Amino acid sequence: MEDLLDDFVAETRETLEAIAGEIVAWEAVPADRTRLDSIFRFVHTVKGSCGFLDLPRIEKLSHAAEDALAAVRAGLRVPDERLVSAVLAAIDRIAELVDAVEAGEEIAAENDADLILALSEPAAPAAKEEGPAAVAEARPAARASARSIRLPVELLDRMMSGVSDMVLARNELFRRLQEVAPGDGVEAAFERLSACVVEMREAITRTRMQRIDHLFTALPRLVRDVSAELGKTVTLEIEGGDVELDREMIEMIRDPLTHIVRNAIDHGIEAAAERIAAGKPAKGLLRVSARQSGNQILIEVIDDGRGIDGERLVEKALRLGVLTPDAAVGLTPAARAALIFKPGLSTADTVSAISGRGVGMDVVRANVERIGGVVDLDNRPGLGLRITLRVPLTLTIIPALTVDAGGHRFAIPRSAIEEIVRARSSTIRIEEVGGSVVARSRGRRLPVADLATIMGEAAPALIGQTLVVLKPAGSGIFALAVDSVHDHEELVVKPAAPAVMATGLYAGTTLPDNGRPMLLLDPAGLARAGGLSDGGEIVAEEPAAPAEAEATTPTFLFRDVDGALRGLRLSLVQRIEEVQATALTMAAGRLRLVKDGGSVPVVVCGTLPQASAFQVLRIGDGTSEVAYVIQSVVDIVPVGNAVAPAAHPGLIAGVVMVGDEPVELIDPFWLFAEAGEAFGRAAESPLCLLRGGDEDWMREILQPLLLQSGYRVAFASEAGAEEADLVIEGEGSTGAPPVARTPVVKLRNRPEGDRGSIYRYDRASLLSALNARPGR
Amino acid sequence: MNSLYLIARLAGQQVAIAAGDIQSVVEIEGLTPVPRAPRHVAGLAALRSRVLTVIDSYAALDLCARPVTAVTQAIVVVIEGHLYGLLVDDVEDVVELAGEVEPIRGSMADGWHRAARGMIDNRGHAVLVLDAGALVDGPAALAA
Repeated sequence: MEDLLDDFVAETRETLEAIAGEIVAWEAVPADRTRLDSIFRFVHTVKGSCGFLDLPRIEKLSHAAEDALAAVRAGLRVPDERLVSAVLAAIDRIAELVDAVEAGEEIAAENDADLILALSEPAAPAAKEEGPAAVAEARPAARASARSIRLPVELLDRMMSGVSDMVLARNELFRRLQEVAPGDGVEAAFERLSACVVEMREAITRTRMQRIDHLFTALPRLVRDVSAELGKTVTLEIEGGDVELDREMIEMIRDPLTHIVRNAIDHGIEAAAERIAAGKPAKGLLRVSARQSGNQILIEVIDDGRGIDGERLVEKALRLGVLTPDAAVGLTPAARAALIFKPGLSTADTVSAISGRGVGMDVVRANVERIGGVVDLDNRPGLGLRITLRVPLTLTIIPALTVDAGGHRFAIPRSAIEEIVRARSSTIRIEEVGGSVVARSRGRRLPVADLATIMGEAAPALIGQTLVVLKPAGSGIFALAVDSVHDHEELVVKPAAPAVMATGLYAGTTLPDNGRPMLLLDPAGLARAGGLSDGGEIVAEEPAAPAEAEATTPTFLFRDVDGALRGLRLSLVQRIEEVQATALTMAAGRLRLVKDGGSVPVVVCGTLPQASAFQVLRIGDGTSEVAYVIQSVVDIVPVGNAVAPAAHPGLIAGVVMVGDEPVELIDPFWLFAEAGEAFGRAAESPLCLLRGGDEDWMREILQPLLLQSGYRVAFASEAGAEEADLVIEGEGSTGAPPVARTPVVKLRNRPEGDRGSIYRYDRASLLSALNARPGR
Repeated sequence: MNSLYLIARLAGQQVAIAAGDIQSVVEIEGLTPVPRAPRHVAGLAALRSRVLTVIDSYAALDLCARPVTAVTQAIVVVIEGHLYGLLVDDVEDVVELAGEVEPIRGSMADGWHRAARGMIDNRGHAVLVLDAGALVDGPAALAA
C-alpha cells in the first residue's frame, strides 16, 4: 500500500509538471480542445487512483473537476473565465494535497467545498472569488522543474554494489600489477582508471543520497501533536534540510530523532508558568539542525528547557541499583547527565503517554551506535539541552581495524573501539577473579574476552597480547584480547550469508586489498559469546585517578626496527599501512616510498631489515609527509608531558616513562627538518661533478640519468671537486688530483677492462654507485 | 518438458542440479575459514570482487569427510541474494534432459534424502537431482 501511494504521488507530480504548460495555454484559449482533453485525462486518472487508494478529498476534487470538464467537452458548458480559474484552483489544491500525502500531513479541509462549488454549474453565482485566489497563494513556490527521472531504488542499490565491486576489482588489479612490474604506460592507464572509479563511486553514492528534509518534514506535525497533548507551546526551528545523506541512513535515524524531539518537549521544555517564573519566554524553543562535517552528518536538537537534572538522575540510579554509592561520588556533571543513557532511567517522575517509560535514550543510543554513529550531550541545567547525533554519510563503507587472533584475521568496526592497550604494559593489570579474567586500567575494571577462545581456537597466554577495548552498542565495555593489531582500513562491507550471520559473531564480510575475504566482527555479539553481556559494566574503582590530572598527550607507541620502544604524538600519525618492499626505492641516496602515484621520503632508524613487506607510519605536518618504517604497533596511551630531553638534537627528542618503561619520543621537528631535504628543494640535491672523457656524451647521455637519480650536475669547468658529493670521471681523464672524502666513479668505454672502473653503459652498476653515496 | 541440468560427481554419485540456479563453475583457492560457523560452511572465498560462501557438500549431506583433491571445484549459485559455492568432486557436463523429476523409490541416507528433489533419467542412468538450497541450508535445516 505504501508503495502504491508513493507511486501515485510520484506519477501525479510528474503529470502535474507536464500539464502545467497545458493549463496555462488552456487559460489563454479556453476553447482549445486538445489542451482540454489532456487536462481532463489528468483529473480522470487522479480520480481513478484516489478511489483505489482511499484519498477521499482528492477524489472529490478531481471528480468535481472531471464533471465540469466533461460538461465542457460535451458542449453543455462554455469554458468561461470563472470555470477556468475554478479548474486551476482545483488542480492547485490537488497538487497541495499530493504533497501533503507524501509528507503525511493534513491540510485544512474547509476550502474544498468552496472549490467544488466553484466548479459546479453557474447556477450558484455566489461563488467566492477569493477562495481560489487564497488557495493559489497558499501553494508553495512552484517546484523547480529540474531535469530528473524516477528510478527504482533497487537499481540504485545494484549500481552501488557494482561500483563497490569495481573498487575491489581495481584493488585486485593494482595488486597484480605490482607483482608483474608493468611498463610505464600501464601504470598511467591504471591511474586513470582508478581516478574514474573513485569519481564514479562518489557520483553513485550521491544518487543514494536524500535530503534530510525527508526526515524533518515530519517534525512540525510531531511537535504540534506532542506539545498540544502536553499543553505546552513550542516554536520549532528547522535548519539545514538540504543536507544530504544516504537514504538508508535517513531511515535508521528516523526513530532516534523522533524519540529525542519527544523527550525534549516532554522532559526538557517546561510548562508556560514554570518558564515565566524562570524568566524565560512562555513559548519554548526547539531547534533541529543538520550540517555536514567531513565524513559525518551532525544533527543537533537544542531545546531551551530545564536541561537534565543530574542530581535527580543519580538519586534514581541509586534507587534502582544501577549505580553504586561509591561510584556516584566520583561522577562529573557530564557523567551524571549521561546516566540518561542507562536502561531504565528517565527523569520524568510521572509516566506520560509521550515518553517517560524509560525506554528512551538507551534505545536511541543503541540505534545510533549500530550505524556507526555517536550521541553527544551538552547539558546546561536550567538553560537547556543540546543533543548531537553524529552519523556517517553512508553505511556501506566502514572504517575498521584489522586484528589477528588464533591464526585468523578479522576486522573490527572502528566506531566500537575505545582504545588499544598492550596487555603487558604497566598501565594495565590482568587479574583472574573467580575464573574470569579482568583487566585493570586507569581506574577501570574491564572484563576480558579472548578472541581466539571465542573463535574456538586454543588461546595463547594472555601475556604479550594486545587488548582492544570495545564499547559495543547495547552492551557494556570490555577488552578483547587479540594476538596483534594491524592497519586501519576503510572496508566495503557486505552482509554475510545467513549461516554465517547465525553465529552471532559477525557483522558482515569484506574483501580487502589482499584479495582474501575477511569477516567483520560484531562487538556486541563477541560480548555475548564471551559471556560478558551483563557483567560488562564500567566500574569506577577509584573515582578519578590523580595521575589523570597531569596534562597528557595521546601518544602512539611502536616497536622500532632496531627493537627500541619509541613513541610519537598521535596527532602526527596520519595512518599506518603495510607496504611491499618493492615500493621502497633508493633515489638520490635517500630511501623513498613510491605509492599511489606519489613518493614520500622514508625514515628508518638504523638499517632497513630484510623483509618482503614493512609497516610504515605516515607522518604529516600538514604540508609534507614522511614515512617511518616500524616493526610493530604497540599501543596508544596518554603520556605525560614531562620529557627528559635528549643530550643531543636528533631523531629522539627525549625519554618519557610509560608506566615503568622508558619510551623514546621521536622529535617531529628533527624528522621533518631531516627528511625535508628530500621534499624537492633543488638547491639541496647532491651535486655530481663530471670531468674528463667525452663531454658531449656526458652531457647528452649521462646527465639525464643523473638528474633522474636526484643529482644536480656540474662540469669540471663550472665547479670544483671540493663542492661535489660525487665525482664521475670519463675514460682518459687527465688524472686530476683525488679529493679527500669525495668518492670518484671512473667510467670506461668498453665492457671489458679495468676492475676499478665501470663500463659506461652498465646501468645497474652505475645506479648502485649513485645510490651508494655516503653521507646521508 | 526439457530442462538443462549440470551433471556433477559428488561422493561417487552422479548428481544433477538445475542449471537455472547456477551462475558459473569455479575453482576455489584460498579459503578463509569462518570460526564457529556450521560445519557445512567450508569458508569464504573471493569470486572476482565478491565474497563467496563455500559450502562443503559432504558435510551438508552428512557424509564422510571430504576427500582432499588437487583442484577444488565449486558450483556457484545465488540464493536469496547471497553467493554460494557448492563444493563437488568434479563437474562433468551440462545436459538437456527430457524426463520428469520422479520421486525416489527406496530408502536413502538422511543427508541425501533431505537434499534430493528426486531422480531424473540421463541417457538410461538414473541421476539424483539435488536442491542447491537444501545443500546451502545444511544439516541444520532438519532441526528447523
